[in-house]
Amino acid sequence: MTHDTTVKATGSSPGTRSGTEIRLDHVTKDYGLEAPAVDDISLTIEPGEFMTLLGPSGSGKTTTLNLIAGFETLTAGTIVLNGADVSNVPPHRRNLGMLFQHYALFPHMTVAQNVAYPLRERRADKREIARKVAEVLELVQLTGRDDHHPAQLSGGQQQRVALARAIVFEPRALLLDEPLGALDRNLRSALQVEIRRIHREVGSTFVFVTHDQEEALNLSDRIALFNSGHIEQVGTPQQLYAEPETLFTARFLGDSNVFELGQAALDENLTWDGETWGIDPGTVAAHPGVRTRSAIVVRPEDVEVVNRLDEVPAGANAVRATVRDVEYMGAYRTLLLTMGERRLPGRARVSALHGDHAVGDDLVAWWRPRAQRIVAA
Amino acid sequence: MSFSGAPTFQWPPRGFSWRLYHNFFTSPVWLDSLRNSLLVALLTALLATTVGTAAAVALSRLHGRLARFVRTLLMVPIVAPAIVVAVAVYISFLGWRLTGTVPGYVLAHTAIAVPYVLVSVTGALGGFDQRLLKASASLGASPWRSFVRVTMPLISRGILTGAIFAFIVSFDEVVIALFLRSPQFQTMPVQMYNSVTVEIDPTISAASSLMVVAVTIIFLVPQLLRGRARRR
Ligand SMILES: Nc1ncnc2c1ncn2[C@@H]1O[C@H](COP(=O)(O)OP(=O)(O)OP(=O)(O)O)[C@@H](O)[C@H]1O
Ligand SMILES: [Mg+2]
Repeated sequence: MTHDTTVKATGSSPGTRSGTEIRLDHVTKDYGLEAPAVDDISLTIEPGEFMTLLGPSGSGKTTTLNLIAGFETLTAGTIVLNGADVSNVPPHRRNLGMLFQHYALFPHMTVAQNVAYPLRERRADKREIARKVAEVLELVQLTGRDDHHPAQLSGGQQQRVALARAIVFEPRALLLDEPLGALDRNLRSALQVEIRRIHREVGSTFVFVTHDQEEALNLSDRIALFNSGHIEQVGTPQQLYAEPETLFTARFLGDSNVFELGQAALDENLTWDGETWGIDPGTVAAHPGVRTRSAIVVRPEDVEVVNRLDEVPAGANAVRATVRDVEYMGAYRTLLLTMGERRLPGRARVSALHGDHAVGDDLVAWWRPRAQRIVAA
Repeated sequence: MSFSGAPTFQWPPRGFSWRLYHNFFTSPVWLDSLRNSLLVALLTALLATTVGTAAAVALSRLHGRLARFVRTLLMVPIVAPAIVVAVAVYISFLGWRLTGTVPGYVLAHTAIAVPYVLVSVTGALGGFDQRLLKASASLGASPWRSFVRVTMPLISRGILTGAIFAFIVSFDEVVIALFLRSPQFQTMPVQMYNSVTVEIDPTISAASSLMVVAVTIIFLVPQLLRGRARRR
């Protein structure tokens, strides 16, 4: 591997990274079903970026990855790698590494032969191959397993071999399709750390597919959130969590209390279920959909509870609530509430020091207008 | 009986002798027929294995009516009565001047051997994980290289089994060979047929014993290979 140590050190500042830019330009894939699997997606993945394609099952993540890899043909649009249109280049000439959920190691080859495979296809010489294989096996912490066959390794080890094999030829980018999906929880978080470390060390572009929001939040520089064939929102994990543009995004990442508004004027106070609430203009999503249908979203950790309406601070938005259930989570507890006349389900996360709440207690839940977010619904 | 010392067929055999084997290996007629059979069977095995494997791999990727139709078409020669196939082959080969020639025998035998290869390779492909080809492509291997380095090693048992079946199908095929024979070119089963219908030549008992032994050995090859592979 010829990665540069100075690049490693400054890995988090874009612009100094090596790696390939991947640009999807109005990309569509239609299998002839009711709706296209991928519908007019445009997305630019920066050189060296860790981009996660997140979304529910069937939202088009794998299809998008396969389009980038060249395993599927485009119905419309172009795919551009570092400025070169590769839309019609077959997968074996795109020079992109790929990692699969099912490892896809060659069962008739040893670990070393598996890892050497892409180098032999590129006619590297024997000494070079041996050196690179040893180097990359060390990188994935599998030194000494060269002569094992895949069947003799655990799932986690097999995925490390697959990872070594996918990066040993220094591909322009690494595409990962739920690579940790088949592993148990502990192994998954261990390998998450590993993948993050290797991303830093090799400095190339990673495109990572998952439907696990926690995984996406942990690993990514940016997340592209998919929803039935289109991209709902692209941004850093913090942006997606704190500044969702749509109700779909707010619901997909983390828990939220949702108050649907329908079509509402958003420039002054508004009323919901008889309550009058204030709006902070900075919290209104830029999404054009907010003007036709919107909703208020409040994260459970931003909701406080008090016993009486007169305890709510001035300027806060409040709603009457009843405790439906209490979840104890150690340092804090989550109150499951029913809110307002409409008996809407909601949650508030309160500190364990806050005192006791029993099921059936009547409370008032409140939050600051700047803690809420008004999104397109 | 093939070890009998008697000049004609007799049961029980009288005395022990290698005479019939000596006859076999000194008679130019028998030796020629053996050589012809081996040549035709080897070429048939080669051609049928290539065609059958290619067809099996191609059909494994296709689904739908066309694939089913092609598969059925390729299977026709083993379900159709041998005589029907033989007459059909004879008539078309007369026109193409292929009767009595090595290519003629090989083509005709390949037609009836391909289904065996198709079945055994298709069986092996059933256990083959097609997703490995995606991995292989992502690592820079062209479809042909992927076939050579991934598919073929993993379905080699099916290919070998198919090749052996093809060899044997050709080696002891008699009906088509009877139609295609010429005075200059006869296969061993045809010579055996002659020796019991035209001449009464007891050498056939040696010939048939040799044939049984040969076929048995060929069938054992994969077993032996498997044993070796396991010990490794
Ligand atoms: N080869 C195919 N032929 C027809 N339809 C397909 C094909 N591959 C995917 N689809 C359809 O395209 C849509 C998107 O599928 P895709 O596999 O991209 O989803 P995904 O986001 O990766 O989901 P998951 O999280 O379940 O893997 C689905 O509706 C799926 O049924
Ligand atoms: Mg998928």
